[in-house]
Amino acid sequence: MDQSKIRNFCIVAHIDHGKSTLADRMIEKTGVLTSREMQNQVLDNMDIERERGITIKSQAVRMIYKAKDGEEYTFNMIDTPGHVDFGYEVSRSLAACDGAILVVDATQGVEAQTLANVYMALDHDLDVFPVINKIDLPSAQPQEVKDEIEDVIGLEAQDAPLISAKNGIGIEDVLEAVVHKIPAPTGDSDKPLTALIFDSIYDSYRGVIVFVRVRDGVIKKNMKVKFMATGAEADVVEVGYFGPGRFIASDELSAGDVGYFTASIKNIQDTRVGDTVTDSARPCAEALPGYKKVMPMVYCGLYPADSAHYSDLRDALEKLQLNDASLFYEPETSQALGFGFRAGFLGLLHLEVIQERLEREYDLNLVTTAPGVVYKVHKTDGTVFDLTNPSNLPDPSEIEYMEEPVVNGEIMVTTDYVGAIMQLCQERRGKYISTDYIEQTRAILKYELPLNEIIYDFFDALKSRSRGYASFDYELKGYERSELVKLDILINREEVDALSFIVHKDGAYERGRKMCEKLKDEIPRHLFEIPIQAAVGGKIIARETVKAYRKDVLAKCYGGDISRKKKLLEKQKEGKKKMRQIGNVEVPQAAFLSVLKLDSAD
Amino acid sequence: MNMGKELSLYIHIPFCERKCLYCDFLSFNAEKELMGSYFKTLSKEIQLSGKVYKDYIVRSVFFGGGTPSFPDHGKICDTLDQIKESFTMDDDCEISIEANPASAIYDKLQAYRNAGFNRLSIGAQSLNDEELKRLGRIHDSRQFFETYENARKAGFDNINIDVMSALPGQSLESYMDTVRKVIELRPEHISAYSLIIEEGTPFYDMDLELPDEEEDRLMYHETKKYLAQNGYHRYEISNYALGGQSDDTYECFHNKAYWIRSNYLGLGLGAASMIEDVRWSNIKDIKDYIAFMADDSSFDKIRENVENLSIEGRMEEFMFLGLRLVRGVDLNEFETLFKRTAEEVYAEVIYKYVEMGLLHRYVEKKSGHEYLCLTEKGLDVSNTVMADFLIE
Repeated sequence: MDQSKIRNFCIVAHIDHGKSTLADRMIEKTGVLTSREMQNQVLDNMDIERERGITIKSQAVRMIYKAKDGEEYTFNMIDTPGHVDFGYEVSRSLAACDGAILVVDATQGVEAQTLANVYMALDHDLDVFPVINKIDLPSAQPQEVKDEIEDVIGLEAQDAPLISAKNGIGIEDVLEAVVHKIPAPTGDSDKPLTALIFDSIYDSYRGVIVFVRVRDGVIKKNMKVKFMATGAEADVVEVGYFGPGRFIASDELSAGDVGYFTASIKNIQDTRVGDTVTDSARPCAEALPGYKKVMPMVYCGLYPADSAHYSDLRDALEKLQLNDASLFYEPETSQALGFGFRAGFLGLLHLEVIQERLEREYDLNLVTTAPGVVYKVHKTDGTVFDLTNPSNLPDPSEIEYMEEPVVNGEIMVTTDYVGAIMQLCQERRGKYISTDYIEQTRAILKYELPLNEIIYDFFDALKSRSRGYASFDYELKGYERSELVKLDILINREEVDALSFIVHKDGAYERGRKMCEKLKDEIPRHLFEIPIQAAVGGKIIARETVKAYRKDVLAKCYGGDISRKKKLLEKQKEGKKKMRQIGNVEVPQAAFLSVLKLDSAD
Repeated sequence: MNMGKELSLYIHIPFCERKCLYCDFLSFNAEKELMGSYFKTLSKEIQLSGKVYKDYIVRSVFFGGGTPSFPDHGKICDTLDQIKESFTMDDDCEISIEANPASAIYDKLQAYRNAGFNRLSIGAQSLNDEELKRLGRIHDSRQFFETYENARKAGFDNINIDVMSALPGQSLESYMDTVRKVIELRPEHISAYSLIIEEGTPFYDMDLELPDEEEDRLMYHETKKYLAQNGYHRYEISNYALGGQSDDTYECFHNKAYWIRSNYLGLGLGAASMIEDVRWSNIKDIKDYIAFMADDSSFDKIRENVENLSIEGRMEEFMFLGLRLVRGVDLNEFETLFKRTAEEVYAEVIYKYVEMGLLHRYVEKKSGHEYLCLTEKGLDVSNTVMADFLIE
């Protein structure tokens, strides 16, 4: 294919600025699909997936656009997640593109994530052009937003298309801008194959489906390819493009193309996102730079609710890791929860997404332990180790000191809420750096914040204290020494390892008290009284009691209608099954989760 | 005639003048005409069933509702006549009817007695008029005393009085006041239930001032203590009979039949049955019930939820139903019935709750059989214990 007619791009935006709607409109306008098909695709995606037995994440789609210059262009649009947690995912998607569309909400202007995403795109040498969305809203201020983009980001914005993705206004302008402002790929099809894996998924019928951007050379059926990082080799079975909602097989993919291939890949671990695929017979000299390797920032324990499903959980994690290289996991054992995994995530949202995918796509019932960050423990014997599981904290006498990760945080907020947000940062042990006013009504607050203060509910707190006007972005700054202690929770005088976590010593009492209160609400009353205690270094700092229940009898069992009674007993028994046995206390799975959201309770 | 096969009959009268606010039983008010068709249909069901269960001997009959005393007593007496005609009745057959103090006038009670009813159950619930009003009951305490007196006059020598605890606005004092007044009357049987707010009843959606759990338990314990002092023994979670613990003269045979899994046949709308380890219930729509019964080809349609109990199902029931009785379950009988010991099936549960003091094992002197029963503490939390007898 003529590379000058290919455009590989992505759309970046702050969350809710209209990225996916614009993507849908573009697919619609390019005529690959009729409006009706569009409808079906969007609505019935799950059904299509089920029917074909394949899972299509809409990370990439190919469109054919007939431009005003009369030429037909192939657009490969690659999806990027909008959330700060997924900086890594954004990064890997960007690596497959040559340019990016920046969507900015005409009523909201530039937000913290807008900046973060644009900078990331520029880091990848992408050409970025802005479009102003939601111009049909009464509160739209397109000119102000254009000026802001130029002032704050430094991108030329005066000729940015003014659009309403929702109402289909200005979509044509965006498509034209893609042709003119996004550069064509510049690979060489005659060179040895060099292709970047930007994603991969597992399908039970076809095995691993690898998503690639071909830089140089050609990949075709029956060819033997090599994965450079792992050294594994495989025979290509099928290559093709991303149709809307389905895969369209083709003969080959050549330089500049974006598409997929399947191959005789035996071990799903062989294909790593970010790796380079080359021709076994004629390998390229060196691998593509791949992606910035990102370390998981948040760890938690993942356990099957029913311990019999341990191996199912393992299989599911293995498959998920295929298209989510940032997911890390290793087996661990908890006294309270049995066999499970310690898993690492980019952030709390990432954790929630993975948890939900495990539960929905793999039909698993999970118990998640309190997430924590990675601490550096300096021991008295001079050694240092990374602590990902609070249970592994050595005896205090063996610890010289500990360090915790700290981030540079940027909060963009309207001036009305600066006070409230500063207070929030203060409460979260933030170190104030600066306030920059970007216009009269908006400021960027800069704080250094301990990561463990922001992983739980910082976003929620930020939103609620600014009535949704604040946006937040952060990057890891490094490790700093801190006075940390391990907070233990005892249920019926038994320490529950799954509920232990590391906390700053000043916050231990407050945290412990809230945990106890929350657990008191979550743990049903038993036949006996259950003390719930929080302890630091063996010293009890907070206590609540779940009273024993005194009554659990049935009303009149009338006319011999046993079925109702039996149903009631069955329900009771069923309810117990969803509980975790800790000593002789039945703890609902929800209790393990609820303690993560302590602040929302008050 | 095979004298070994015993049967209890439950007759459902789904009519009420007005539904009480806490009631979630199958009951409603209805036009005279509909009631007429219902009794006709019921009579037909009785006739047909009599043919099917001709080898059984009826040990107890219970007319429940609804309010059996609400419809015209002629219909009720005719229904009992139909039963006597269609089934083989035991000479000592216990024949009970429930009555509401508001509708049970002397003539009615007299007619019941003459028709052959020998046990009367009066739904007093409370003798505090404020409490009665809050429950949405149509009677007051004065009417109750009248009914009771009339019942004695009509010749009923086996009377039950229903009382309820944990009512909205009820205090321990007002409850005990009701209990005291009831005891003064010396009924042969007392049923003491605590109110359970069921989903789907008006009470469920109301903001009620209910006694807390402690008070509720106090009411229960006081009932037991006070009734024991006055010559009543508890033989089932909520039921007390006049006489010492081993005197079962006034224990309700019909009620016990459910817990010991005797055969019982429910006739009428929504009535539940269990015969030879098969359970079913009648449908709950009165129009369908009448229509299906009118046509010979659709009799079978009045039954639903037919369940052939598996051996596990029978073991479960044996335990969780039997434990409602204060004497508990006969473990020797368990072994005879199921060819396995209860320990084999339930070792863990039995051990756990005996350890916790909620279950108790003892040898019954007369039979020499081993029994397992709920302790005083266990009775309070019986559901928790019973649920663990369900097999996965």
